[in-house]
Amino acid sequence: MDSNLNISVSPHILCATTTKRIMLDVVIALLPAVIAGTLLFGLRALLVVALCVAVCLLTEFLFNVVIKAKQTIGDLSAVVTGVLLGLNLPANIPLWQAAIGSIFAILVVKCIFGGIGKNLFNPAIAARVFMLIAFGAMATPAFPMLDTISTATPLVVLKEGGFAPPLVDLFLGIRGGAIGETCVLALIIGGVYLLIRRVITWHIPVAFIATTFILTFVLVDFDIYTALSSIMSGGLFIGAIFMATDYTTSPSSDLGKLVFGIFAGLMTVLIRFWGVYPEGVSFAILLANILDPYIEVWTKRRLFGGYKK
Amino acid sequence: MAFSLRGVHTPHRKNTANMTAVKMDPPRTVTLPVSMHIGKPATVVVKPGDKVFVGTLVAEANGFVSSPVYSSVSGTVAKISDILVSSGQEVPAIIIESDGEMQLDPEIAPPVISSKEEFIEAVKLSGIVGLGGAGFPTFVKLNTTAPIEELLINGAECEPYITSDSVTMTDRTEDIADGIAALKKYLEPKKIIIGIEKNKPSAIKAMQKLAKETGNFTVKVLPSIYPQGGEKVLTYHITGKQIPEGKLPIDVGCVVINSTTVATIGAYIKTGVPLVSKCVTVDGSAVKTPMNVIAPIGTTLADVFEFCGGFSEEPKKIIYGGPMMGISVPSADAPVLKNTNAILAFKAKDAILPEATACISCGSCANNCPFGINPPLIEKAVRNNDVEDLEKLGTNLCMECGCCSYVCPAKRPLVQNNKLAKGVLREYLKKKEEEKQ
Repeated sequence: MDSNLNISVSPHILCATTTKRIMLDVVIALLPAVIAGTLLFGLRALLVVALCVAVCLLTEFLFNVVIKAKQTIGDLSAVVTGVLLGLNLPANIPLWQAAIGSIFAILVVKCIFGGIGKNLFNPAIAARVFMLIAFGAMATPAFPMLDTISTATPLVVLKEGGFAPPLVDLFLGIRGGAIGETCVLALIIGGVYLLIRRVITWHIPVAFIATTFILTFVLVDFDIYTALSSIMSGGLFIGAIFMATDYTTSPSSDLGKLVFGIFAGLMTVLIRFWGVYPEGVSFAILLANILDPYIEVWTKRRLFGGYKK
Repeated sequence: MAFSLRGVHTPHRKNTANMTAVKMDPPRTVTLPVSMHIGKPATVVVKPGDKVFVGTLVAEANGFVSSPVYSSVSGTVAKISDILVSSGQEVPAIIIESDGEMQLDPEIAPPVISSKEEFIEAVKLSGIVGLGGAGFPTFVKLNTTAPIEELLINGAECEPYITSDSVTMTDRTEDIADGIAALKKYLEPKKIIIGIEKNKPSAIKAMQKLAKETGNFTVKVLPSIYPQGGEKVLTYHITGKQIPEGKLPIDVGCVVINSTTVATIGAYIKTGVPLVSKCVTVDGSAVKTPMNVIAPIGTTLADVFEFCGGFSEEPKKIIYGGPMMGISVPSADAPVLKNTNAILAFKAKDAILPEATACISCGSCANNCPFGINPPLIEKAVRNNDVEDLEKLGTNLCMECGCCSYVCPAKRPLVQNNKLAKGVLREYLKKKEEEKQ
C-alpha cells in the first residue's frame, strides 16, 4: 500500500496564526478609527483612506508583476499600510498627494527594500514624513465638522499658547488633525483588540505614551491637564499603538520593546518642545526604527545553560 | 535573574486519555530491525527457519552503546532482510512468522540481582531503551559512577495526542512501584521525583497515591506547556538546574528516565520477560477509533491500525510519535519499534503543510524558543555559510522541539533549518578538531 504517503520533517502541526490573519486583525483594529474619522471629517475622509488602500495594493501588485515575483498582495500588508497612511492624512488633502504618498510608502519604503519584513522603516510613517516635507501635508489640517471653536491644532496651541480644547473633546477626537489620529477612544478600542488577539503586546504603546506623558509633565509645568492634552494630541496614540508596534521595524523582546517605546517617547517630547515641527511622533518613530537593530542586539534573550561565547 | 524557559501551548488532543490499553491479537508476522535504539545496531543471532518464542534473543547487543532484540511472538524466523529505518540507514531486520500461540520462551526467569552491577546488567539484557521516544539504551544512562542527586521520572508527555505514558502510569502502577524501588535501591539517588503535566489528573492521582504508599518518591505537577517533556526542560522545571549545551543531566547530578521505561524495568525484574511489547497510542484524523494498544514490537503499523478499526479516510501521512517531533514514515508497513509511543495517521487535509512566506520579524520564534535561540539569525548564518556565527548563536543547544516552526505566522521551516545548521556546524567542528591534532 501507500507509496503516496506524504513525508515531511516535524513538526506536523502548525498554529493557526498566519501573516494574513495578523494583517487582517490590524485592519479590523483600525476600523473604529476609520469610522470615527468618517464621522468627524465627513465622507471625504473615507475617500482618502480608500484611495490610499487602492493605490498601495495596486503599487505592490504592479511591482511584483514588473519584477516577475510571486504576488504578495494577498497577505494584506499593503492594505494595512494604506489604511494607516490614509488615517495619517488630513481629510482635505488633495487626492493626488495621497496617491503619491501611497506609492512612496509601498514602492520606496517597502518594495525596493525587499518587501514585507525587509523594510527599514514603517512605510506609513515614512510616507507621512515624506509628505510632510514634500507637500507640507499637515500644515493646514482639516477640522471636524462638529467643531466650531478650535483655531489651531492642540499641539500648536501647546507650543505657541492659545486656547486648548477640553480633554473630553480630545479624547473623542473633536479637534483638528489627521483623519485617524484624533479620536483617542477609537484608537484605544483598536489597541485593546490587538492585545486580546495577541497581535501586539502592551510594552511599546505603554512605554511610548507613558514616557511622553511623564516628560511633558516634568518639562512643561507639572500640570496633569497639560500632560494629558499633550498625549491625546498629535499622532501619539495611532503612532504608539499601530505604527511603532510594526513587527519588522521594532524589537521582538519585551525588554527591547520597552527600550524602543521609551526612546520614541523621549524623541517625541524633544521634537515637540524644541524642534521646528509641532508634532514629533512620526520623526520619533522613524528615529526609533533606525535604532531597532541595535536595541534588538542589546536586548536579546540569554541562551539556556549558561552559554558563554 | 532566573532564566525564563518558554514554550508553546499546543493543542492537547488527548482523545485516548483514560482509555485502558487493549492488548492486540498476535500479528501474522513481525519485523524486528536490529537498530531500534541510539548506538550500534545489534548483531543477528538467528537464521531463517529457527524456531523462536516470545522473549527469545534474536539479536545481541554489539559494543558498549547497543541493545539486544528479542522476538515478540512465537513462531519461525522467515527471513532476514534490510529495511530502511528513520535514521535513513538500511539495517537488517528479522522477520518472524507468528504461530499465533504467543508462547513464552521456557528459559525465561526473573533476573537475580544483588548489586548495582547486576542491576545494570539486567537492564542491559532486558533490551530496554528510552521509551519516551529517544531510544537511548537505558543501562548506559544508569551506569554512572557520579552520585545522583535527583532521579527524575519523566511523565510529562507534552506532545499532543500521546497518552501511552499516562495510561501506563494509571494501568501499571505496580510495575512503576517495582521499577522505582529497584532504581532507589541500586542507584541510591538522594531524591526521586516524577514530573507530570497537569493535564493528566488521573496519572497524577495514581502516582500521588503510590508516592504516599511507598514513600519512595514525590510527584511534581508541571504546567502543560510544550516541550515540558524535553530532558533539559523537565530538569530545569523540577530542579531549577540548567544543563549546558552538549552536557547530560548527570553533569548536573540528575538522571532523567521516562515513566514507561521505569514500568518496563519493574516488570522485567519481576518476570524476566524482556521488552517485547509496547503500549502505543493510535490516533490522528484518519483513524476510525483512537485507542491505546499494547502491540508486540515489530507489528506493522498497518496491522495496528487495522486492529483499531482501520481508517475513516485514506491517510496521507503516518507518523511515529507525536505531531511536534514525530517522524513520518514512507509506508504503513513500517514496524512498531521499541521506542514507538504513538502512531498517528492523518487525512489529506492535515497532511499538507502551508507554503512558507517571507519572515515578518514578529519575533515569535525567538520569544517562544525554550532555550532562547533565535532561528532567523541561524537561517541567515546558514545562508551566508557563517559557521562561526552558528556556533555563537547556540545552534547546538537546539533540541529540535519545533516550537519555532509551530508559532511562525509565515510558516517558515525554522526548526528544519536548525537541524540543517546543526549538521553544518557538526562538520565544521569536526574539521576544526582534526586540524588541531
